[in-house]
Amino acid sequence: MTDSTTTNRRQFLKQASLGGVLAGTMSLPVWASQTKAEFPDTLPEWMRKPGDNFSNYGQPSPYEQQVIRWISANPEAPGNGVSWTPLHDLQGTITPNGLHYERHHNGVPQIDPAQHILLIDGLVQQPLSFDISSLLRYPMVSRTCFIECGGNSNSGWKNNPIQSKAGYAHGLVSNAEWTGVPVKLLFEEAGIKSAAKWVIAEGADAAALNVSIPLEKLLDDAILALYQNGERLRPENGYPLRLVLPGWEGILNVKWLRQLRLVEQPAMTRDETAQYTELQNDGRARQFTFVMDVKSLITSPSLGMVLPDNPGIYQVSGLAWSGRGKITRVEISSDGGQTWHDATLHDPVLDRAFTRFSLPWHWQGHPAVLQSRASDETGAVQPSRSALIEQRGRHGFFHYNAIISWEITESGDINHVYAD
Amino acid sequence: MSMLIKTLLIGFCLLHSVSCFAQDNYQKLGKKADGLSQQAQWNLTILPSGDNLPKGGGTAVQGAKLFAVKCAGCHGPEGIGASAEPLVGEVGSLTSDYPEKTVNSYWRNPTTLFDYIRRAMPTNAPFSLTHDEIYALCAYIFNKDDIFLNNVELNQETLPKVTMPNHSGFVAIYPSQNQQNIKDQP
Repeated sequence: MTDSTTTNRRQFLKQASLGGVLAGTMSLPVWASQTKAEFPDTLPEWMRKPGDNFSNYGQPSPYEQQVIRWISANPEAPGNGVSWTPLHDLQGTITPNGLHYERHHNGVPQIDPAQHILLIDGLVQQPLSFDISSLLRYPMVSRTCFIECGGNSNSGWKNNPIQSKAGYAHGLVSNAEWTGVPVKLLFEEAGIKSAAKWVIAEGADAAALNVSIPLEKLLDDAILALYQNGERLRPENGYPLRLVLPGWEGILNVKWLRQLRLVEQPAMTRDETAQYTELQNDGRARQFTFVMDVKSLITSPSLGMVLPDNPGIYQVSGLAWSGRGKITRVEISSDGGQTWHDATLHDPVLDRAFTRFSLPWHWQGHPAVLQSRASDETGAVQPSRSALIEQRGRHGFFHYNAIISWEITESGDINHVYAD
Repeated sequence: MSMLIKTLLIGFCLLHSVSCFAQDNYQKLGKKADGLSQQAQWNLTILPSGDNLPKGGGTAVQGAKLFAVKCAGCHGPEGIGASAEPLVGEVGSLTSDYPEKTVNSYWRNPTTLFDYIRRAMPTNAPFSLTHDEIYALCAYIFNKDDIFLNNVELNQETLPKVTMPNHSGFVAIYPSQNQQNIKDQP
């Protein structure tokens, strides 16, 4: 039956193509005799000749080559640094994989997945190891969430506002759909001993980065991610395996994950004591500040853009996110915070994920200061810069989430300012 | 094929497929790793108690020579003022207008320094130092600010007992994780 169906279809295709050839032959003399094409100049070049061939892996348009991560690394140790997501060039909420922000402590390892294992040990009934091919057979979950570096926006602590584009000052945050195995599943397989309270996670990079994470979080919603936006993780995002802890500081989302050791007390590693802690004015430092608080950023219009029409109508658009839950409200001010107007929140509004907001703005042509202020479902409201500094001092370096202000000049240029 | 046999066959298939999807959701594929878990390369993290510190030892005097060869290129000949983070000095600066977070002014536990050097330093060749060399380098750095004596051996016994100047300078926010409560809005 299958065979005869195939034959029939083949015969049909043969006949159809024969018909096509005949029809072509018949019509050929008509257009071949013409000396001039009907649309010589009025259609663009790309409509009058065949396009490029297929590609095995698609690339952005050559006209979008300026849409790149901005790299900021130590020239003496180029593997130690960051690259910023160009949030000002993007729309929607999903960060393309090639533009997800990076923070590496000693370069990007190129890990052969066949040689990589995850060891779960410490306070468990049975230490277990998992290879990647085994992990790929476990039931998986998908979660769209942002990951934000604890040091994002840290220039905000400085006395003078940095004149960088929105993403290059605030783009150590990105948003992706992560797919993988719930950590809980593997911990239950190993058997958790009652004394276990913390877990030391370790990466297989050339910094063997290690941090301590509360067991409670790993059992709640942590994912051993294998996929990022539908494809396997990019090397710079932890291939072949990384932790994803929705809403928690980037450093804890350990990339190139090789080990989870259950312990009683945190290890006090370098990256949870010397770094990623916030020194206060009294000389004491906030430690284990895991959750990234509510924050928003107007991505357009923003520094580097020029408003062409004065006066004119512009779509104020941006991103809001909170490590504590869903965004419930974003307000926009065009007068430096004197009056506020509710922006539209675009669906989907997801828990601990980027939410896109927008509001049409009729610019009258006078100098203006655009600001956005986000609230989340726990009632937390994004603070003003002065209030944040009042509470935390200015030497904390990490967890800067104050309102961000763009000054629009009469000529339509845009500057970063401190407006409160 | 008789109708009866067909019916039985269909019934069997249905039953079979139902049982396939009703039992365990997944297969437990973890391999027992008791031996692996004991190996040195899977015991890199050193706890504040000193657990996992290896055998070996070194002094500040030995460390000074090593530092000049292995570390000074990035950290400066005196452990401060070059391209990498400052390691020494500035003890007591944390409440000033210009606080400096060096190892000796800011770090909480002495064990962290051994842990971090072993796993990440020098950046161009991690895991290239011997345990004796790491102890000596730690002793040298601590000694720069008189946190550890010049000619005493730093080892798995003495290292965890070193008291860092800023040992009690940290306030754990977790588990309270209080909602950010900064009120200035109308």
